Amino acid sequence: MHVSFSSSKIKKFINQQREKYILYKKMVLMVNESIITVKNLSKKFNGLTAVDNISFEVKKGEIFAFLGPNGAGKTTTIKMLTTLLHPTAGEIKINGYDPVNEQKDARKSFGIVFQDQSLDEDLTAYENMDFHGVFYNVPKDLRKKRIDYLLNFVGLQERKDDFVKNFSGGMKRRLEIARGLIHHPKILFLDEPTIGLDPQTRNHMWQYIKDLNKKEGMTVFFTTHYMEEAEKIADTIAVIDKGRIIKKETPQALKRLTNTRSLEEAFLKLTGKSIRDEKSSSIDNLRMNRKIWRR
Amino acid sequence: MGVIYVMWSRQLKKYWRSRARMIGALGQPLLFLLALGFGFGPIFEKAGGGSYIQFLAPGIIAMSILFTAMFTGIEVIWDRQFGFLKETLVAPVSRSKIMIGRTLGGASVAVIQGFVVFLISLFVGFKPESLINIPLAILFMFFIALLFTALGTAIASRLKDMQAFPLIINFLIMPVFFLSGALFPLNDLPRAIEIVTRLNPLTYGVDGLRNTLTGASHVNLFVDFTVIITVTLFIGIIGSYLFSKIEI
Ligand SMILES: Nc1ncnc2c1ncn2[C@@H]1O[C@H](COP(=O)(O)OP(=O)(O)OP(=O)(O)O)[C@@H](O)[C@H]1O
Ligand SMILES: [Mg+2]
Repeated sequence: MHVSFSSSKIKKFINQQREKYILYKKMVLMVNESIITVKNLSKKFNGLTAVDNISFEVKKGEIFAFLGPNGAGKTTTIKMLTTLLHPTAGEIKINGYDPVNEQKDARKSFGIVFQDQSLDEDLTAYENMDFHGVFYNVPKDLRKKRIDYLLNFVGLQERKDDFVKNFSGGMKRRLEIARGLIHHPKILFLDEPTIGLDPQTRNHMWQYIKDLNKKEGMTVFFTTHYMEEAEKIADTIAVIDKGRIIKKETPQALKRLTNTRSLEEAFLKLTGKSIRDEKSSSIDNLRMNRKIWRR
Repeated sequence: MGVIYVMWSRQLKKYWRSRARMIGALGQPLLFLLALGFGFGPIFEKAGGGSYIQFLAPGIIAMSILFTAMFTGIEVIWDRQFGFLKETLVAPVSRSKIMIGRTLGGASVAVIQGFVVFLISLFVGFKPESLINIPLAILFMFFIALLFTALGTAIASRLKDMQAFPLIINFLIMPVFFLSGALFPLNDLPRAIEIVTRLNPLTYGVDGLRNTLTGASHVNLFVDFTVIITVTLFIGIIGSYLFSKIEI
């Protein structure tokens, strides 16, 4: 039997297929789109190179862990990503914006829980939360709802009208985490969020954050010194040492590449076993000062 | 608007919660009022200056505003050391709004402090000329407060060191206070001192305050207003700029 194809039909068919292909490609790209791009980033503090020419990307919707020994440059990198420090050299794009020249748009894109304390101790827990909500433009009703929920979530509901200066270290930490979750940013930075928290609270908190990551596609960028935590939570891990990124892989790949069974072993293999000289960093100084200055 | 309000109310809350500090800060103006008022009073009157308390009270009110306002700048350093400054600096609001809120808050506190000194001065024998002008006097207090809160905050934006701040502030406050006409009339001064007093913005604040409270004046009210507002705007803009450049 003879079937004839008109050339126009064939053309149409090919065009349709091409369009489908483009659409498909776009979807794949979208999934793989990076939300943080860092190119040749460096930071020097009068002579000391804290971050040394690093480049990396974080994909949209990814949970990204930044691991490294004390003084590796993790916090310094986060400060540059979050507009608090200007880079000595290099380029950053965060949600498409440059944190140096497009500060406000960059700031609209993220939320952050700092490594060192950032609460106003003369205010109550609730006031600290409410301030944050106002700063991040969370509408009043939603604000109240989320604050109540989160204070409950971290077990501080009963202490909400106490001054923060009367809280224990762990309670302050919980409050900071709760505060960081009042608004739902595109990117959430967590700099050693679980430091000083009991295991129950830690698990609880990570569960909540993973949920947000799944439901709202929130990208999470965190640092920790608990390796099991990173192994369990992170999609991708970057290992940084002395200001340089030495590996960026999935947890499984890191173990495979270093021929080790746990992430802790892999980490030690990559960064060596020697203890970092803990030159007192500015943060330590601040901690000292706060002790001296708190009446 | 939300941010400005929140920063303003934060400062008032903190002020109200540390009433001990507020009462302590009244000691100095009270001492000045009593010691100078009664100490120099007789000489001043003999020299034909009229009642010294009447002359002095507006100057001491201005002084307490000047001190309170300048020292609220230390809260920026305080916030930096205790970490709260970071929280405000990464928020997606313009830093000028944060600065405006802080300045308004600090200025309001300074005005309250100044008003309390005003009330105290009534007990020491100060008699305002008319009550109608009191709102205008309060407005003047507010402008003096704004100016020096903005200055203190601007200086604090550049400092990391808690100890350095009082040194620098005292270094500035003393000449500003002594050469403003707060303690003595500005008539018949040596030329050099006269020029310095003319360049001192507090001179216009004290003059405006004295004018609205007692009717006596060296400059005129319109000039006082214009100078104070211009200098405040100028310092406010510089302060906002410095504040927006803070790195942590
Ligand atoms: N403001 C600063 N001035 C001078 N040096 C600094 C400053 N901030 C950080 N550094 C130095 O930069 C280096 C990297 O510090 P950073 O805080 O980024 O380390 P980190 O990886 O976060 O360490 P940790 O795990 O202890 O938190 C350190 O040597 C530190 O002393
Ligand atoms: Mg750190």
